Order: sequence, then structure tokens, then C-alpha cells
Amino acid sequence: MTSLEQSSGPLPMIRFNGITKTYDGGRPAVDDLSMDIDRGRITVFVGPSGCGKTTSLRMINRMVEPTSGTILLDGQDVALQKAAELRRSMGYVMQSSGLMPHRSVIDNIATVPRLNGVPRAEARARATELLDVVGLASELGRRYPGQLSGGQQQRVGVARALAADPPVLLMDEPFSAVDPVVRAELQEELLRLQRDLAKTIVFVTHDIDEATILGDKVAVFAVGGRLAQFAAPEEILRAPVDDFVAGFVGRDRGFRHLSFQQGDHVTVHPIETIEVDQLADPTVSVRSAWTLLVDADGRPHGWVPQATRGSIATQADAVPGGSLYTRGDTLRRALDAALSSPSGLGVAVDDDGRAIGVVRAAEVFELIERARLDRGRADHNTAV
Amino acid sequence: MDWVQGIVEYIPANAALLRELTGNHLVQSILPIVFGVLIAVPLAQIARLNQPAGAVMLTASSLLYTIPSLAMFVFLPLVLGTSILSMVNVVVALTIYAVALLMRSTVDALNSIDDGVRQAAVAMGYTPLRRFLTVDLPLSVPVLIAGVRVISVTNISMVSVGALIGVPSLGRLFTDGLTRNYPEQIAVGILVTLLLALVLDLLLVLLERGLTPWTRATPARTARAAALEARTVAA
Ligand SMILES: Nc1ncnc2c1ncn2[C@@H]1O[C@H](COP(=O)(O)OP(=O)(O)O)[C@@H](O)[C@H]1O
Ligand SMILES: [Mg+2]
Repeated sequence: MTSLEQSSGPLPMIRFNGITKTYDGGRPAVDDLSMDIDRGRITVFVGPSGCGKTTSLRMINRMVEPTSGTILLDGQDVALQKAAELRRSMGYVMQSSGLMPHRSVIDNIATVPRLNGVPRAEARARATELLDVVGLASELGRRYPGQLSGGQQQRVGVARALAADPPVLLMDEPFSAVDPVVRAELQEELLRLQRDLAKTIVFVTHDIDEATILGDKVAVFAVGGRLAQFAAPEEILRAPVDDFVAGFVGRDRGFRHLSFQQGDHVTVHPIETIEVDQLADPTVSVRSAWTLLVDADGRPHGWVPQATRGSIATQADAVPGGSLYTRGDTLRRALDAALSSPSGLGVAVDDDGRAIGVVRAAEVFELIERARLDRGRADHNTAV
Repeated sequence: MDWVQGIVEYIPANAALLRELTGNHLVQSILPIVFGVLIAVPLAQIARLNQPAGAVMLTASSLLYTIPSLAMFVFLPLVLGTSILSMVNVVVALTIYAVALLMRSTVDALNSIDDGVRQAAVAMGYTPLRRFLTVDLPLSVPVLIAGVRVISVTNISMVSVGALIGVPSLGRLFTDGLTRNYPEQIAVGILVTLLLALVLDLLLVLLERGLTPWTRATPARTARAAALEARTVAA
């Protein structure tokens, strides 16, 4: 208790406290790992094969016992909890779907609730709902796992992990065995699910792209079970702490890297604005093709095209705007704002959300292109 | 032709005797299968969990299998204190053979279960006993029943050996037929024994089908499955 209260911030969902794991006789598979895993977020363990990701994950639910150190789940030492019960409080998804071949899809999904003593009918009803949640037709519920495609099996694996509504999900390379198209689809759906469910997810992968797509935070493991860097994905891509991380992240990753590049030097142009109150006032005229509608605080609320000025009398009549670009955001955000805006002008706002001007798509493109060329030249130089 | 007629006439004339001997024969064949499974399965699991002990147990069971059945039938009453004519001797002897044979095939069956499935069961939070009973065992059924089918056929023929020392079974039709030089009786004995073996085997096949519906669910995707999948992807 005491040591936890001394730490700053909210209680982490999972805390690794000086964890070392040495399988008999060998060198450590995980070496003195200490890290906090945020509640309700996706934390990704990424690194080359054999660097201790699976071992670290499995120590959380005690499928592997650490050689030394403690793991706290919600402040409680997992070593003091009954292994079987602890595991039922966490969903687990693995690479081979691990579905029971002798049980129907529905009964596979209902596994953990059944272990917890939920009556069969109730567990099956819930399982049927979950089929829908993971995007499978309910007719598939009566099939056996062997009758499903690889991608469908992984969806069932996710549904099974969610069945008892555990606060924590452990996922060990869940999408590595499916083809790239299905993988992208599954990643997207995981993010969609996570928006609704806000589980604490620990996700293992060897794929840095997957890690940056999914992770709120990414832990890069190095050979020998060392935690090399633990940070937001943008930071890992932009500022790898050492040669190992830089090498793992890869030099030939121009576009993604750029998309995280700060957009500080994007030019913000002035824009004509009209306040909501002035809409009904016929004496206020507009000169530009597009006028930005703002409230009394200067926050953007859509666009008024010149041609329709007379017929737009309230905020609801205005043409809805696109995404916003806050100064300092990445180039990708700037581009998004410009491309999603009906006027072709991306609305730039300050930190308080007040409109400060607009960015132009063509100019953002140019910056991206220039940065890509710079990067290519730098790579060429190091290669020589 | 007389021969065939002799057989056909023998059956109704000796219906009561045939019924009694068939009953005896079935009891002595089936009980060892049931006991054999009940004993071999837990022993197999113990042998798997405890490697050195397991190796000793498997070797010992192979050795037991080499003891001739007649020797066993004669020897067991001395150990068990049963009458030499008791069916118990045959049941115990055949149970020992069944355990010896089933233990090895059960160990193989349990070892052949996909490791991913086992890991997943652990991760889901199964207790070891529950996992054994509801995951490992059902998945071992095909191999287990293959072993049981071998034992069932072997038992049907081995039970007859007991008749040599006077334990009642269909074997008596052979011993009796031989001393009385009554070939029709021997022929009926062979026919009924054959029939029993076939029926028992058929029942075991049906049992396996009932216990393993998933093995016949075709992985090859039907048009319906493909349509369902297309819908899933579109959704
Ligand atoms: N059960 C085990 N027994 C012995 N060594 C193991 C076992 N599991 C993993 N290891 C070793 O520990 C190291 C880390 O393995 P693992 O955690 O599976 O890595 P990753 O998931 O990152 O590929 C590897 O060198 C591996 O060989
Ligand atoms: Mg692994």
C-alpha cells in the first residue's frame, strides 16, 4: 500500500516491479523489468523474436512464474491470488486461435463464464451477442472451429476473451497468423471495440507497424529481455533512445515517420470569419468564397459559402467543418484537416480551440514531400 | 448339407444353454473393457505427469501383456482366493491386459493434443482436473476407442480360453463339442462368437460417432459457409 501511494498519478492497472525470469540454467529471458501499464489503454510489447515478450505477458496471469520481482494487478500482488481465478479475470488471445476443436463456436466463447458457474443458457445467450460484437454472423455459432477461416477463428478468440467482461485483455501476437488484409481489418476492429470497451490491453507483436497502429504506449524489448524504450509510438519513431531501437524501428520508414513529424512550419493563413450572432444581420456582408463561422469565443462551427449567405440564418444551416489542426500537430493531422474541410481549407486552432486561421492542402503536401527527400538524402549519406 | 441343417437345428434345441453362455461370455468380455478404461486413463495421466515413474509403468504394463492368458487364469485364483471356476479370474486377467494396452495408447492420445489448445485452456483458467476431464479426455476419445476396439475383439476370443479350466462361456461349446465329437456345436460356437465380436465393434463405432461429432464436421468450406464468410467480411 504505502509504496503505491508514494507514486504519482493514478494507480496503474498492472505494475512490473523488478521482474526477472530465468528459465532453468539459461540467461535471463526477462531482465529486471519495471513498468506501469495504464488503465483502459493499449500497451504494446514489441521486439524481435525471443526477447521475452511472451514470457513477460504470461507472468501477468501466472502462466509463467517470475524468478524474482513482483507483479501488481490493481495494486494486488498476483502471486498471492489463485492462479485459475486470476486467469479468469483476464481475457487471453493467442496466435494459434487455441479454440477447443470439440466445442461449438458458441460454447468456446462461453468457456470462461461457464468456468465461473454461469448457467449454460445464460452463457450461450451472452456468447451469441458477442459473435455480433466481433462481426460474425450468428449462424457461425453452431459450427466447430475447424469449419472457420483463420480470420474468423481469431475473431472467435477475441470474443472468448471478452466473454466474462474482464478488465484486462492479454493478446499474444493474435493477428500474426492471418494474411495482411485480414490483419488490417482485425486491427481496425480492435481499435473500434476498444473505443467502446476501454479495456486495459497488453498486446504482444513483433511488428513495429502493428505496434504503432494499436499502441497508446509501446514497449520496445531488446534481445536478452531488456526493456529498451517505453513511450508513445510517435516518440519511439521520432526519437529512438538507442541504436537498437532505431534499428528495430527501421530507417526505411519514410512516410510513417513523416506523418508523425511536427507540423510547426506549416503556414497558417488568415481567414474571414463571421460570428453566429451576425448571421441574422443582413447588414453584415461577406467577401470571400468561404467564410468561417465562429462563436463568441472564436471557436469554429462550420462554413458559410458566399452564394448561400442570405439563406443561412442560424448555426444549424452552416456547412459542417472537417477535422481541426492544432498548431504543433503532425503533418498528417494538418493534411487531414485540409482534406476533410468542405472549403479545402483546414481550420487551424490554438490550444484553447479558437480559430487562428487555415492551412492549405497543397502546402502541406509540399512540406511532406520536402521532408521525405531530406530523409532519403540522410539515409543515403549514412549508407555510404 | 446335413451339416448346415445340423447347425440350424442345434440353435433352437439349445436356446436356453446358448443364451446363458452368451450372457456369461459378454460379462467376461465387457467388464474388463469398462474396468480397463477406468483404471488405464488415470494411470496414463499419472505416467505423463511423472516422467520417470511413467517410464517404469509403461514397461511394466508391456511385460504384463506377455503373460499367457491360460497361465493367468490358473494363477489368479491363488492370488485372489477365488474358485478356479469363477468368472472373476477371467475378468481380472482381461482387465490387466486391457490396462496394459490402453495405458500406452492413452498416453499417446493425451500427448498428441495440440499444445495451443492446452495452453489456451490453462490461460482461460481451467483447474487441472477440470481441464483433464473436459478438454484432454474428450479430445483423446478417437485414439482411446481405437484401443478399446482392439481389446473388445481380443476379449471375445480370449474369454473362450477360460472354458479350458471350466469357466462358463461360449468356449464351452468348443471344449464340449470336441470331447463329444459334435462339429455342429463347435460351428455354432464359432458363429455366435463372431457375431458378438461384430456387434460389439459396431456399437463401439457408433459410440465414437456419438462422442466425436466435431471430427466429421468438414473443414472444407461449403458454398453456405463461403456465403456466410463473405457477409462477415462485408459487415
Ligand atoms: N518454457 C521455456 N523453457 C525454456 N526457455 C524458454 C521457455 N519459454 C521461452 N524460453 C526462452 O526465453 C526467451 C524468451 O522467450 P519468449 O518470451 O517466448 O520470447 P518472445 O515472445 O519475445 O519471442 C527465449 O530465449 C526462449 O527460448
Ligand atoms: Mg512470443
